[in-house]
Amino acid sequence: MTAMVSLRNVSKEFTAGAAPVRAVDNVSLEIQRGDVFGIIGYSGAGKSTLVRLINALETATSGTIVVDDVPVTGRTERELRPARARIGFIFQQFNLLSSRTVAGNVAYPLRVARWSKERREARVAELLEFVGLSDKARQYPDQLSGGQKQRVGIARALATSPALLLADEATSALDPETTRDVLDLLRRVNTELGVTIVVISHEMSVVSYLCNRVAVMDEGRVVEQGDVYDIFASPQQTVTRRFISTALHDRPSPDVIERLRLRHPGRIVTVAVRDTGGSGTLLTERLRAHGVDGSIVYGGITDIGARPIGSLTLELVGANTDIDALLASLREQTDVVEYEREPGHQEAALQEVAR
Amino acid sequence: MNDGGQNLWPLLLVAIGQTLEMVLATLVIGGIAGLVLGTLLYASRPGNLLANRAVFMVLNLVVNIVRPIPFIIFITTVLPLTFAVTGASYGTRAVIFPMALMATFATSRIVEQNLIALDPGVIEAARAMGAGPLRIIWTVVVREALAPLILGFTFLFVAITDMSAMAGAVAGGGLGDFALQYGYQRYNYAAMGIIIAVIVVIVQLAQLSGNKLARRVLRR
Repeated sequence: MTAMVSLRNVSKEFTAGAAPVRAVDNVSLEIQRGDVFGIIGYSGAGKSTLVRLINALETATSGTIVVDDVPVTGRTERELRPARARIGFIFQQFNLLSSRTVAGNVAYPLRVARWSKERREARVAELLEFVGLSDKARQYPDQLSGGQKQRVGIARALATSPALLLADEATSALDPETTRDVLDLLRRVNTELGVTIVVISHEMSVVSYLCNRVAVMDEGRVVEQGDVYDIFASPQQTVTRRFISTALHDRPSPDVIERLRLRHPGRIVTVAVRDTGGSGTLLTERLRAHGVDGSIVYGGITDIGARPIGSLTLELVGANTDIDALLASLREQTDVVEYEREPGHQEAALQEVAR
Repeated sequence: MNDGGQNLWPLLLVAIGQTLEMVLATLVIGGIAGLVLGTLLYASRPGNLLANRAVFMVLNLVVNIVRPIPFIIFITTVLPLTFAVTGASYGTRAVIFPMALMATFATSRIVEQNLIALDPGVIEAARAMGAGPLRIIWTVVVREALAPLILGFTFLFVAITDMSAMAGAVAGGGLGDFALQYGYQRYNYAAMGIIIAVIVVIVQLAQLSGNKLARRVLRR
């Protein structure tokens, strides 16, 4: 089966003043049917432009884009309209029509698609039921909370039963709890309706909660992409690592290490926790086997796609040779980082050992 | 209220009728034409739905040239055109033509300014749903801006009432003409006072109903 979205060498330049700005720079991506595909990057990284290229709200300067086997590049505006109607789009600011009721908003794309009144009404009722807003049908958007507005946005985007839904920072204007509700709704859209979703976000927690695949964008380029778990487990780029640390909070910063040192005289190591090894059980087992005392001083474990990920930072106390043997055996299973002491500290520690 | 033994009340009633005729006809004709022109100005602006630099620049220029012309001068300037269109060069009907023309240009700016204030995100949403530009303009842009447009038209009503006072220049009749003939030129302050009161009442009623309608559209 072909990919739902396929981008090949896509670039987009804007002419702002004299120098053209390259918002999207030679991007190639494949988004498979059924994926919840995250595109993450800082603001200005080009992700919003990229998603607007997919439904041709913007036209690519070069490259080819195919959505659901229909090319969207090299088409006229008129030809693109039916193509856009087959792609749902939800916005950070919801962009609801304030002059229409909730039902009127959801019915709008159906009017555009020339559905009869009876079919429209039936479809609107069905969609409002799905997003849990049946009782709000006659209300106006300014009577709704942010989360409810985004639910209306989702119902509206799904009205014409698109196979692809694009979500541009769909939860960035919402509080954490409402964000969770909306993400759960999007997950249902994916699992129950089988809609492929592209999620644009600057929050790695959104990607880790919802997506199975992710692309990291930086300065218009896709610098890294793959399975969300793999990217979390072994990020290759600095920008990716920075995003991951915001979602996991599991690795101590140099400042934290310094503070840990003051309280903990032993050797300090961080052990990565992966589903392939380095789990808590494995750690306990190895510590016992090598006769080393370990106490957890920092860390966190979460799960991504029901697979554990994170790291634990331990203070190890025992004979140096035992600790070295322990670390060697752990390194066969997972990543281990030992923080070197500064020379002054080492001396103090040696004295302590001598005593 | 009389003038040298002549009872002015029936004349006042005729004048009120003429003013209302002028103002309402102008409001309808100039309002619709102005809505179209203003929407064209908005839509043709570079970056907007029907972006067309040439069309925008021409429309913009014409509006800018016509608008600052004082209405009393405008009436006389377009007289030949008025005669060609209405077949008359004086009277109430004849003055409606220049009034509607001027109102069209004035309205177009009011409309344009209200449409520009609309959140572009809403238009983007409609585009993303596959709607074409004409549909978006009518069902999204104008509809979303309806409340401020109604207030704009209310403002216009007052401006047109003001305009109608100058109809006397071409014997157009109405309250302005009446005030000049019987009040100003004959020092009849009582008549002046009554006319002012009548105009104030008309404007108040218009403003009240405009506000009410706008509030109803906004549901607040």
